This record gives sequence, structure tokens and C-alpha cells, in this order.
Amino acid sequence: MDFGFTDAQDEFRREVRDFLEGEIEQGYWQPACDAWIQGFDPEFTKRVADRGWIGLTWPREYGGQGRSHVDRLILTEEMLRYGAPAACHWFADRQVGGAILSFGSEELKGEFLPRIARGEAYFGLGMSEPGAGSDLASLQTRAVEDGDYYVINGQKTWTSCAYFAHYFDVYARTDPDAPKHKGISEFIVDARLPGLSRIPMTDVTGTEAWSDLFFDNVRVHKRYLIGEKNRGFYQVLHQLDYERSGMERIMGNYPLFEAIVQFARESGLSHQPVIRGKLAQLQIEFEVGRLLGYRVTSVLEEGRTPNMESSMSKAYSTEFEKRLANVAMEILGPYGQLMPGSRLVPLRGMAPHSYLGSKGYSLQAGTTEILKNVLATRGLGLPGS
Amino acid sequence: MKLALTEEQEMLRQAARDFLGDKCSKAFVRQMEESESGYSGELWQEMADLGWMGLALPEQYGGGGFTFLDLAVLLEEMGRACLPGPFFSTVVLGSLPVLEFGSEEQKQRYLPGAIRGEKMLSLASAESSFANPCGAGITLEATREGDSYVIKGTSLFVPDAHIADCLLCIVKTKPEDKVAIVLADARSTQMSCVPLKSIGGDKLCEVIFDRLAVPKSDVLVQEDRGWDAVERIVRRAALAKCCEMVGCIQRVLEMTVTYAKERKQFDRPIGSFQVIQHYCADMATDVDGARFSTYQAAWMMSQGLPCAREVAIAKAWMGEASRRVMNLAHQIHGAIGVSMEHELHYYTRRAKAAELAFGDADFYREVIAREMGLCQDR
Repeated sequence: MDFGFTDAQDEFRREVRDFLEGEIEQGYWQPACDAWIQGFDPEFTKRVADRGWIGLTWPREYGGQGRSHVDRLILTEEMLRYGAPAACHWFADRQVGGAILSFGSEELKGEFLPRIARGEAYFGLGMSEPGAGSDLASLQTRAVEDGDYYVINGQKTWTSCAYFAHYFDVYARTDPDAPKHKGISEFIVDARLPGLSRIPMTDVTGTEAWSDLFFDNVRVHKRYLIGEKNRGFYQVLHQLDYERSGMERIMGNYPLFEAIVQFARESGLSHQPVIRGKLAQLQIEFEVGRLLGYRVTSVLEEGRTPNMESSMSKAYSTEFEKRLANVAMEILGPYGQLMPGSRLVPLRGMAPHSYLGSKGYSLQAGTTEILKNVLATRGLGLPGS
Repeated sequence: MKLALTEEQEMLRQAARDFLGDKCSKAFVRQMEESESGYSGELWQEMADLGWMGLALPEQYGGGGFTFLDLAVLLEEMGRACLPGPFFSTVVLGSLPVLEFGSEEQKQRYLPGAIRGEKMLSLASAESSFANPCGAGITLEATREGDSYVIKGTSLFVPDAHIADCLLCIVKTKPEDKVAIVLADARSTQMSCVPLKSIGGDKLCEVIFDRLAVPKSDVLVQEDRGWDAVERIVRRAALAKCCEMVGCIQRVLEMTVTYAKERKQFDRPIGSFQVIQHYCADMATDVDGARFSTYQAAWMMSQGLPCAREVAIAKAWMGEASRRVMNLAHQIHGAIGVSMEHELHYYTRRAKAAELAFGDADFYREVIAREMGLCQDR
């Protein structure tokens, strides 16, 4: 057991912090909750890319830096600590790039990875459909072969990176006669293709970070098939292990944590044992979530794919984020209901924003119930129900 | 960063698991709980021969020269086996504080004997409540008389005092009214000892000191640094208790998952029901949270890093997580789990005793609040 970081890793953390603090000092952006998924700032993404911090763990030949998963942990942890607007590149950096690396052809790797790393290609995720949420394998979007093309028809929903994505990572049914897990394929779909339209969705926080995607005879060249035809469901399981594995699951609303602790301290409310007890309990729970996240990185560093480890980490952590938002609302009392932009609003309205936003945390990337199924069956070996 | 045991630690773990699997059956645990002494001299000597008592003590005293992190692995296995006896008292509450605070003469006097299995030590740390181990509860008085301190009063919940050779006593000195730690001869006729009937089946004692004289040379920690020493000893004890509990709840999780796979109702294993699966998933999460928060603190302690905050987090989490784990284990085991013929109760009882020992979650939440700058006065 070694919970320490090397001197070089500590130095890297300082470098990331200096960069982010400099950004804030120059007024480029303000720390915000959910900025990793809702904070779209192409300029910021470009500045991050210029430092070589997108695709940090990918091989150098594809524009990456060949650095360790611990370095990426440090980078993302600091991005989240400062609530940096990293949504433009987050999905490609976290999972789509990895999917292309694991399953994509040399041609796809060469075409996309360097551009992602340069901060020039943003990806959104086209997984969920109106009728396919937890039961993702029941998705109905069809992709039919036609010469050198697949013709895609159907609808995706809750597609991330709504306005900004240049590409979507889309799962569609390529064999309707096969068992549902065995007839799905994965495609890269250019957002500019004819027949593809996106309609932004407004979530409960009032944010437009997602969209519905409509496919009307969208013709995608065969070279944009990732991996093997009809193996898409197995590929998505792999990708989901990465989607669930990061520190954004425990630190999505971290700026609120720091702000509410400071508020309690400065307002004198922390002199009340009940209030400081609640904050101390959050600190305990945060630390445990942080360690469950670190364990995922440790697994990645061993060269394994985290499965039950990332399920555990995400299921635990999103519940923590809900409790954090709720405790913040309690401490703020009636002021807690004031939304961002309101007169008299404390903490820039982060508390009610996060309180509402956190309802979705435990649904994205696998509901808590699905994650516990994974943990119980694949982690503990309990029989399938 | 690598959150897995080293190869050497894995070997230690396996050796300990094999040995305790062989020597420490639940029938043996029950026998020890029911016996007066609470331990087996034969097993004690075998443990000494394996080098366990000296594992984390320097080679110059006959120890193995390993770190607290290695001891953590051993303690985890002991918790897993529900090992009865004075290992925790002798090593964690006795030898390690003597090593940390003792004079060379004191170390020579106690450590080699303790390592060889010839001397047993323990700590008299609390009078009224373990929930407040560092609080104002120290009422055991040591009055200066010439070149000696004379101890008078009662100390409660002292583990294994009835078999100990020496007690580290946390005392309030008179007339100075300061905290010091002295080494008291536990075989003295000026000291009497009554084991209490406690939930854990361990041997917690009421110790009555009737003008027990301790020469100045047996003062372990002087008044000026008494409080700091008490905090350090209690911190290490709390963490060591967490290590035992990691083993305890890990074993309970495994037993429960096995039972859920085997037990059939409605013609199927109950572990195939989603509600049972989610209970098990919750247990696993609590166990892993406990494991990593405990080992993080143990790693820091073995590196000599400040770890008050990390120990507090580990012990606070453990107190409540272990209770949740035990509750779900009982729920899944059903009625058989509440019978004395099943072994679950050994873990249930020990988990509760451990929760109360060296500070519970409320106590450590306050410690953490202080670390977060949330308390008015430090």
C-alpha cells in the first residue's frame, strides 16, 4: 500500500494549480459546479490542449503524452477542485479517445486522436434513447449497410456536449435479428452530416448542456465504424467502465463544498455543534469517496480495466454529492432557495443548482441500481436475477 | 500510489491467515471468552516465536524492524479471526508507546521480554468513558511523595489488566494537576483487578489502585508532554482498532455473500434477489471505504507523517460503517445469524466493542471539525 505521490507528481499538481489559479485571476472564468459537464469554453479547452493536457495518457504517436493514470488523476482532480469549464473536451478525453485507442482502426486513431489532443475535436455521447436507458441494449436506432456507407435512422437523447460537439459517439443496431446485445455497433458521426439534427434539452437546473439527436437517413462512411460490427455493446461496457471511473463523480460539485465550509466558518454558524458535525461528516464521506476513486486509478495503473471498482466509486460518490448539496441548502436556510442571478443570492446560487443537478448524477453513466447490480454480480459473484 | 499490498505483505497476510485458521477456531474463541484468563499461554508463545509481538519493533530489542503498515496487515488478520488475548494491549497499548516515549533503560526492561512473549503490557487510559478518550475524564491521581508517585483511584475498561505485568497509567499528577504516564507494576498487591462482563467478550477490567508507589525512574512521559503523548497513544490505538475491524467486516461480507449464494427460498438463492444484491453491494462499499481510509492512515503513520485527520476519518467511518455492515449481515443471514450456534455474533459483538473503543464517530467528527477550522476554540 502506497498512498503517496512522487515529487514529480507533486510538482505536476502545482503546475496545474498555478495554471488554473492564473486563469481565475485573469478573469477567464469563475469556479462552478458541474463545469466538467456543463462548462463549455473552447478557448479554455485550447489553452489546456496547448499544455498537452488532453489525451495525457495516450501514446505520443497519436498526440498524447504517454503519461501515467496517476498524472491524469491529478490533472482532473485539480480541474474539478477549481470548477474549470472543461466540458468541450471532457468526454473525448475521458472515454471516446480511449475507445478509439482500444477498438478503432489505425486510420481512425490517426484521424481523431491528434485532433482531440489539440483541442479541435469535441465529442458528445449518443447512447441513451427515449426507450433505452438502463436497458441500453434495447436501443432502436438503426444503421443499415448501403455500399460503403451505413444509413442511420432513429433518435438519441441526453446527448452530452449538445451545441458544441463536432462528433458523436453513436451506438446503433446493425443486426435486428440477433439477440439484442449482439446486434449493436459503434460509430463516429460527424455533427455536420446531412439528416442529423439536434434539439437542445433544458434540464431541471435550467441548463442546456444536452440535446436530443435525430437521425434521418444519415449516411456514415464505413471507415467510421469503431471496432467490430455487432460488437458495440461489449465495447460500450468497456467504455462505461471509464465513464464511471473518474473523480468527477465525487468532485462534480466540489466548489460548493469549499464554499459552504467557508461560509459556515465565517458566518459563525459552525459554532453550532449540529452544523459543524454535518460538515465534518461530509468531510469523512468525501475522503472515503476520494479513496474509492484513487483505487480505480490504482487499478488502471496496474493495467486492468476497472469494473466493479468504478461501479462502486460512482454509486457511492453521486450519493455523496447529493448529500453535500442538501447540507449546503440546510445551512443556508431560506437563502438556499435563491437561484443563480437572484438578488441576495449566497455562494452564487451553487447550492440550489447543485441540489437540482445532483438528481441526475446518480442516473448518468449507469444508475446507482445498475451499478449495484454490476458490483454484486461481477464483483461479488452473486447469481444473476 | 499503489493501493494494493506488497508481495511481502501478502506473504505475511497469508501466513497469518493460515496460522490463525489452524489455531483460532470459533470454538477456541468461545473457550477463551469463557475462561478466566482470556488467552492461551501455548498460543501466545507460538505467536512470539513467529515474531509477531516484535514485528513492528526494532531489531536491537529482538524485533523484526517492520513498520506500522506491516503490523496493520497482521492486525487485520487477527480481527478476521476474532483472536482473543492480549496482543493488542501488549503491542499497541504497551510496547509501541514504550518504544516511542521510553528511556533506553525502560525499553531494555520491557521490550525484549514483551517480544519474547514473557511480558504482557496494557494501558490504563480511561476512567469514565472511552467515548471521550482524551477528554477531561482523567481522574486517576498520582501524588508526588519524595522520589515516587503514589497512585490512588480507579481505572476502568483496562484491557487484559488481570494478566498484565505492567500497566501504562495515564495519571493526573498532584499537586501539579498535569497529565503524565507512569509504568506501574501490575503484579503489585497495591493493585486489584476485576474483569467486567462486556459485549465483546474481551477482558476489560476495573482496576483499583490503593496507594501504588511508582518510583521516578518508572515515569514514562513527563508532565510537560503528557497530553501530547496521550493523544498520540490513543490515535495509534484507534487506528490499530480500525485495522482489526477491517478484517472483521471483510470476513462478515464474505460470510454473508457465501450464505446468500447458498441459502434458497422461493426455489432460488436469495442472493439472486436484487434487494439482497444491493445490500451486499452496500456492504462491500462500506468495507472498502473502511479498508482504504484505514490503510491510508496506517501508511501515513508508518511514514511518520502527521495523520490526526486521517485517523479521525478512518475511525469515524469505521464506527458507523461497521454497524451498517453488521446490520445488513444479520438481515441477510436471517434467524440463524442471531443464534449462538452461528459464528456471526462473534463479529457483531466485537464490532460494537471496537466502535466504543478509543473514540466513536461523534468524537472524531469533532476532531475533524477542528481540523477544518470549524471550532471556535482550539
